[in-house]
Amino acid sequence: MKNLETDILVVGAGPAGSMTARYAAKGGADVMIIEKRQEIGSPVRCAEGISQSLLAKVDLELTQKDIARRVVGAKIFSPGGHCLTLSEKQAGDEVGIVLDRVFFDKHLAKLAIDEGADVRLKTAATGLIKLNGKIVGVKATSPEGDLTINAKCIVGADGYESQVGRWAGIDTKLSPNDITSCFQYRLTGIDYDPDYCEFYLGSRAPGGYIWIFPKDEETANVGMGIQLAQLKTPAQIKQTLDRFIEKDERLRDGKPLDMVSGAVSICAPIDKTVMDNLLLVGDSARQIDPITGGGISNGCIAGRIAGEALADANEKNDFSEKSLQRYENGWRDEMENRLYRNWMAKEKLIKLSDETFDKIISTLEEVGVEKVSSLAILQAVEKKYPDLVKEFKSLL
Amino acid sequence: MTRMKNVFQKIAIDQEICMHCGACVGTCPKNAMYLHDLTVAADENCNGCRLCVKVCPIGAIEVVAKGAGA
Repeated sequence: MKNLETDILVVGAGPAGSMTARYAAKGGADVMIIEKRQEIGSPVRCAEGISQSLLAKVDLELTQKDIARRVVGAKIFSPGGHCLTLSEKQAGDEVGIVLDRVFFDKHLAKLAIDEGADVRLKTAATGLIKLNGKIVGVKATSPEGDLTINAKCIVGADGYESQVGRWAGIDTKLSPNDITSCFQYRLTGIDYDPDYCEFYLGSRAPGGYIWIFPKDEETANVGMGIQLAQLKTPAQIKQTLDRFIEKDERLRDGKPLDMVSGAVSICAPIDKTVMDNLLLVGDSARQIDPITGGGISNGCIAGRIAGEALADANEKNDFSEKSLQRYENGWRDEMENRLYRNWMAKEKLIKLSDETFDKIISTLEEVGVEKVSSLAILQAVEKKYPDLVKEFKSLL
Repeated sequence: MTRMKNVFQKIAIDQEICMHCGACVGTCPKNAMYLHDLTVAADENCNGCRLCVKVCPIGAIEVVAKGAGA
């Protein structure tokens, strides 16, 4: 069996993995990324929306190919058809740019390679190697046969279905309340407003939402997520999305260019993402916004923090849990409060009736909101429906 | 990979429908599901809890064994 060696082994070449590898390699560590697929960025498993503001935080300049479309804002539809239109500045978090992940992920991987990282495709981790209880590497399958890869530190960037954390004994288990099941078509030949990301709330997507994210003038990612706890029958997501599309005259005649299925965690931040010689980053660390389900930004930001912490640990030759606390504390400083607050808000939002969504959106439609901060929204709604706001005020 | 033999499975995965997205793998509370070599499979740790059946967005999974503990 062939044996390889590296300082840091990153499992998974998504945005979080590549970003971790980039900054670890930049700091002088010997880095290898393994990716189970034969192509980085494909198949796409994402709705592809990000905000403009991410890019500066991770020192990233997008190429023309990375960007499928820039949008000017978002439209949020209540179940009764009220529409709140937000400019990009107001909408903030997850709109602004609709990516082409097939190019974007390769771009991020290239940035890691430019810093000296090695990449092996179609190479899948199958288990951890331990020596006297200490994690010293992973076993993997590859086109060259079975491998053992020895590393001083393993990075689990292996996505929603993460195995690395489970093998290591880190608790990443999710409750059915904290999982969204998703299905999406890329529909082309549709006649719609390609300058806005659209969101549809309410009981047509219980505990989730329906999205339309523009890819070009006649093509969009049209998808839906439903909270697992509220799913009743097999294939319910696909069937519900099919009905939504059939009823919408803009979308009805569209034809699919691809289909995407997947699940997203919408949980509170997990207790622990590092241990001796191992850390988790991105979806595998459950660093996803519990309201939007967006994970690219958080994954990139946490990846940068992880990479910098790993370079530091490598310099000291200390990959103990204590040494890796720099990452644990770093990502928590950056996003833990926001994730926790949004998880609390999600817990309340999923209980709102269609009628309540109508009240909120129609009020905001009427009075307008200058800036979409949670506070501004609550203040606007409070004037008309003080009772509605009571529950949410504790979150501010 | 002998652990993946069908004899242990309380669920059946329709490979014609499955898109290998891993939704079931990440959801399984027993870590009984695998996504290796672009095939999804379950092992003897499966207790038939049906969460994979529910989470699958496209209905590729069904329970085949009766009396599975939930």
